[in-house]
Parts: sequence; structure tokens; C-alpha cells
Amino acid sequence: MKNYIRKYYYGDIPDDKSGGNIVSKETKSDWPLWEVFIRSKQGLDHKHVGSLHAADAQMAIENARDVYTRRMEGVSIWVVESKYIHASKPEEAGELFEPAEDKIYRHPTFYKLPDEVNQM
Amino acid sequence: MSTLIDYTLHLADNSLILGQRNSEWCGHGPVLEQDIAITNISLDLIGQARNFYQYAASLINQTIKQSNNPVTEDSLAYLRTEREFKNCLLVEQPNGDWGQTILRQFFFSQYQYLLFQQLQHSKDEQLAAIAAKSLKEVSYHLRWSSEWVIRLGDGTEESHSRMLKAIDELWMYTGELFQAAGYELQTAKEGIGVDVSLLKPKWEEKIKEIFSEATLPVPEKVFMQSGGKDGKHTEHLGYILTELQYMQRAYPGNEW
Repeated sequence: MKNYIRKYYYGDIPDDKSGGNIVSKETKSDWPLWEVFIRSKQGLDHKHVGSLHAADAQMAIENARDVYTRRMEGVSIWVVESKYIHASKPEEAGELFEPAEDKIYRHPTFYKLPDEVNQM
Repeated sequence: MSTLIDYTLHLADNSLILGQRNSEWCGHGPVLEQDIAITNISLDLIGQARNFYQYAASLINQTIKQSNNPVTEDSLAYLRTEREFKNCLLVEQPNGDWGQTILRQFFFSQYQYLLFQQLQHSKDEQLAAIAAKSLKEVSYHLRWSSEWVIRLGDGTEESHSRMLKAIDELWMYTGELFQAAGYELQTAKEGIGVDVSLLKPKWEEKIKEIFSEATLPVPEKVFMQSGGKDGKHTEHLGYILTELQYMQRAYPGNEW
């Protein structure tokens, strides 16, 4: 029995040795993950700002208020459960995005604008 | 004037002590999001306390002409003793578990909500302004805490039984909220303060409403503790002040 002393490294401390009340892992993972979108004063669009755990939509909005709008970042909050977001696969990036690369004529930079048109 | 000072200090002490209590959760909340939520509430309360203390300090400095050593918000918070604090007993009660902290916040926020609704029409412009400003914060505290009471009361067997225990611990401190101290009666007569006894029916009605949704029983008549408003506190306040005032006691006049 040589391992009387076991050295723990940061992040390696088992829950029963870390002291304090241990929140069981189940309680945490019971709460689904939500994605948070905040509309700032400057823009019309809601921007993705991050994610958080919450038991329901109401709680997700309140958590988002507490976590992401403490410094007056927002005027409106959207939340959506992360499982409802479908994402494109990174390995499909080639077929999805590369075909657009050689089609520069899709950019509106080839048109000569009359001087009267300012805001374009 | 001295009743107005006492009344303002009472309002300040309520917010400061509950803010200090809630801040003990900082870094210990059950999940990150709620840790931030409770500390946000804590900061709101300490902000309210500052407003009230600043006002109380200006009133005190008007009455006593001690020009070279004026009273400040800091001296009021950090250099008064236990018996000089006029907060109600409810706010100094220990955090207990999350359920107990939630319930204490719910009882107090419901009370503060009704109180500030009246106080914002006070003849005293300063108190009216502080109440009006704080009311938005308090509305959120009330919404947040009542949702948690429902969630825990109507949650699992474990959370329900913890809420029952919390009610057992805290209910006896709710009666004092509506027993007016001398300075409350006097300021209420002058149209400055609020007659807290009138808030009781509405408060009870709201508690019943949330408790019934949370499947929690409203306790029958129990003996109510009191004394905090007149400086007679439970043993807990001394410990709170020891921690709160440590820096100023150990290093007088220290600033950062």
C-alpha cells in the first residue's frame, strides 16, 4: 500500500473530498440547456450570447436576465431549448458553402450607383 | 425629525441586513444561474440601503452641528452597534437551505412591495423617490421568489418537506412586519411613513394565493416574535455585524 498520499490536481478533486454541500449531478443535468438571444438597444436583431441551464422557459428568461443583461446589454430576450436548434454539420461545409466561392457576381459590387443614391 | 431619522434607518437596516445575508450565497448557489440571481438581489438590496443611509446621514447632519465629524452612509452601516440596528427579525434569520432563503425573500419581498407602493406617495420627497426607484427591483424579487416557492412547494417530496420546515422556521418572524414601532406610527400620522398594520390583509391574501399554488399550508395562529424594530434582536445579528463591520473595526477609516 504505497498510495497513502494521493496528490490531486486542479479539477481532479472528487466530490466527496471537495467539502461543502455536494449538488448531485442529476439535479444539474435534469435542467435542460437553453440558448439565449439578446436584442441590444442598438440593433433590431436578437444576437446569440450564450447558453444556460433552466427548468422551464420562464426560468430560462429570468436566468438570462440575471446572467446576460446585468450591464444593461438588452431590451429583449429570446430563449430556445438547445435541443430544438438544428445545425449544419462541419463535414458538410464543403458542399454547402464552397460553391458560392467562385460566384463573385452575386455581390452587388458591379453596379454603378447614381450619385443621388447615398445610403447603400 | 428624530422619528424620521429612525424610520429611515429602519428601512435602510432592513435592506442592508437582508442584502448581507443573501450575499453569503455568493459562490455557493445551487447552480451558477441562481448564484448570480441571488447575488443580484443582494446588490439591489444593498443599493436601496445606501440610498436610505445617505438620506438618514444628511438628516442627522442637519440636526447635530458636529461639523468636523459628519455622519456618513458608511458610519451608519459600519459603526453602529447591534442595539442601534432597527431591522425586523425576519431579515437577520440564517439562510438555512435554498428553500429557507427563498421563503425569507418571498415573505420580505411581498412585504416590501406593498410597503413601497404606499411609500412612493409619501409626503417626504426623498423617501418617495427611493421607494419608487426600488419598486421595480422589488417587483422582480417578488416574481422570482414566488416562482421558486411554487417550484419547491409543488416539486418533489424532498423539496416540499424542506419548504414545510422553512415555514416552521420563519413564520414566527412575519408578525413583526405589521406591528408598527413608535417611529412608524408617528411618521405614518404625518403622511411620511406607512401604517404597516394596514398592509397585513393584503400580504396574507398574497401569501395564501402563492402557498395554495405551491400546495403549502398557511400556518394557524402561532406566537409571533418581535423586538427587532426597537433594537432587540435575535442572536444572529451580532454575528452578521461582526463579519459586516470587521474591516472598519480592525482598520478604522480604511478606504479602497
